[in-house]
Amino acid sequence: MEAPLLHLALVGTPNSGKTSLFNALTGSRQKVANYPGVTVERKEGFFVTPLGRQVSVVDLPGTYSLRGRSPDEEITRDFVLGKASGETLPDLVLCVADSTNLRLTIRLLLELKRTGRPMILVLNMFDIASRRGITVDVERLAKELGVPVVTSIAVRKGGTADLLKLTDEISAALAAEPVENSWRALGVSELRATQREADRIIADCVSLPARPDTWTARIDAIVLHPVGGLIVLALILFVMFQAVFAWAQPAMELLKSGFDSLGELVQATLPDGLLQSFLQNGVISGVGSVIVFLPQIILIFLFILLLEDFGYMARAAFLMDRIMGGAGLHGRAFIPLLSSFACAIPGIMATRVIDNKRDRLTTILIAPLMTCSARIPVYTLIISAFIPARDVWGFINLQGLVMFGLYAAGIVSALVVSFLIKFFMLRDFAPAPFMLELPDYKMPRLKSIAIGIYTRAKMFLQRAGTTIFSMMVLIWFLASFPQPPAGATGPAIEFSLAAMIGKALEPLLAPVGFNWQIAVALIPGMAAREVAVAALGTVYAIEGGSEAVEQIGQVLATKWSLATALSMLAWYIFAPQCASTLAVIRRETGSWAWMGVTFAYMLVLAYAASLVTYNVALALGAG
Amino acid sequence: MTDTTDTHSHMPLGLAQRGYTGVIQHLAAKEAGSALSDVELESRLIELGFVEGARVEILHEGLVGRDPIAVRVDSTTIAVRRREAMAIIVA
Repeated sequence: MEAPLLHLALVGTPNSGKTSLFNALTGSRQKVANYPGVTVERKEGFFVTPLGRQVSVVDLPGTYSLRGRSPDEEITRDFVLGKASGETLPDLVLCVADSTNLRLTIRLLLELKRTGRPMILVLNMFDIASRRGITVDVERLAKELGVPVVTSIAVRKGGTADLLKLTDEISAALAAEPVENSWRALGVSELRATQREADRIIADCVSLPARPDTWTARIDAIVLHPVGGLIVLALILFVMFQAVFAWAQPAMELLKSGFDSLGELVQATLPDGLLQSFLQNGVISGVGSVIVFLPQIILIFLFILLLEDFGYMARAAFLMDRIMGGAGLHGRAFIPLLSSFACAIPGIMATRVIDNKRDRLTTILIAPLMTCSARIPVYTLIISAFIPARDVWGFINLQGLVMFGLYAAGIVSALVVSFLIKFFMLRDFAPAPFMLELPDYKMPRLKSIAIGIYTRAKMFLQRAGTTIFSMMVLIWFLASFPQPPAGATGPAIEFSLAAMIGKALEPLLAPVGFNWQIAVALIPGMAAREVAVAALGTVYAIEGGSEAVEQIGQVLATKWSLATALSMLAWYIFAPQCASTLAVIRRETGSWAWMGVTFAYMLVLAYAASLVTYNVALALGAG
Repeated sequence: MTDTTDTHSHMPLGLAQRGYTGVIQHLAAKEAGSALSDVELESRLIELGFVEGARVEILHEGLVGRDPIAVRVDSTTIAVRRREAMAIIVA
């Protein structure tokens, strides 16, 4: 008879290599969703043990204690105690530790033991410990802790073999009755006692090398140097942006020609008419012109995951703490804000690690100002159409420079808005504490990063597949119906619903230099920013009748003035953002009010910025 | 670990210079003007490894106002602001 699904939970401090272990165990069989009611990311994966047992493992948010000091630590605590709504009490808890840094995890383990859950201590990154000359008497450790102990090297093939074997052994012997849960939140003296106990056990069972590892110290001498560190940070960010622009080109060209060929195939095989128009102008050109930016988005996630794996993210938070503090932000806000460069949604979700409510709220409100990857299609389209592809000072790509300038504008506006929020709305007493572990530097493990990118890319495509596709169909519909009456002259789109909406909005948008076609593209663009590009493609493509869609940019270059293009760029720095982001804001802040505030203030800023840009550009003769 | 040093050499870690090494004597959360309650601050410090008897060394300082500081606590490195480090009495 088949054994029931075994439920495993991974618990550990941040930086314990939990995620690499999770990836090693589950490969790509992962489901990423949200815990019901809160916007904490829920990662569940599946694998089969050597003896054939089906296992579901949940990667719980990293924590230093079960006290639940922030929303995601509460999730970890509730999950392990069996109090998380809708979740199964785990059959077995894997407490994952960084073998080179055991103090805090052993303390956590001692606390976890009180919950009565069956447990294994996994000494992860064991290869690094061995290389540094750290020896662990595993048997003695297991005896002193009263918990089975196993070593693992998550990033090496076969490195989890011992863990899997032990899992099989333990799961076969699991008691049917849950053991008494005697955990309750520890008071200060109990915390002290637990840490003392942990230190004593470590002193007994772990021997540290005579000469401690100095690589981390050497690298930090530069990276955390007050001046050198900021230079390194600026360099990394600059490389990231140039990379996203220059290096993604070949892949983008490939995707683009692929979609163009597909469109031509449809045109050649299907008879002229509604279906052909729908497929070619609605579906293929629409979704295609969005998917073509996948390489850039993958590159951004690659950088972020690399830096995180390497251990640099915490250093970046350290360097930025005081600067961000001046703008009323928390050093920990740096990582959520940096994530917002890929997409504001995970960025806003990541603010859960900021436990001070006001800091967190401020970070959430300004996260959408970070130039998210969805704006890249719009920026790229306009920049490549209107900014000449020259080199400035001999080696800096002018287009990349403008892009960097747009990013900088987003960052600056975020800092300014944050300062204003702090000053006017959320007057606070003392700033919240900044206490962050700086992990040792580690070689990034490419396989684990690859799985991370794959998961994110899948999530992005699903979004492209569903939300954007439905928007594209809607726009195609608005742009195709009602069809022009027989014998009418002029482009078909002039008679459509889309044109009516656009023309109605035109007087409102004329001061910023937008014509009705832009108005039509902006509205679905508010549903999902990247849709604006596809929408423009559809609007102008259909307008051209059955002509094949060439570069949308070339079309725009002939239809818009430079002032309008610049105004559009300025608008998009602030673009009141996609419905998904607004929905996430609503869930994270728990109120419609803050969502409305975000939408409103960004709309006002977008309009103001466009107004100024357009009129200045006109005055300078770019009209 | 017995404290054999003169109590006059006790000082809050928040006032120490880069390169300082010492041993934690005790925690005094009241001394820090933190937004956290005393109990909460003390709990968090302990959870990050700041317990009596631990060896500390200040490795790095931030650019603005020499804040925050990166402190090696036995085998872990923790970044903390000087404001909260005022609660860690060392000698």
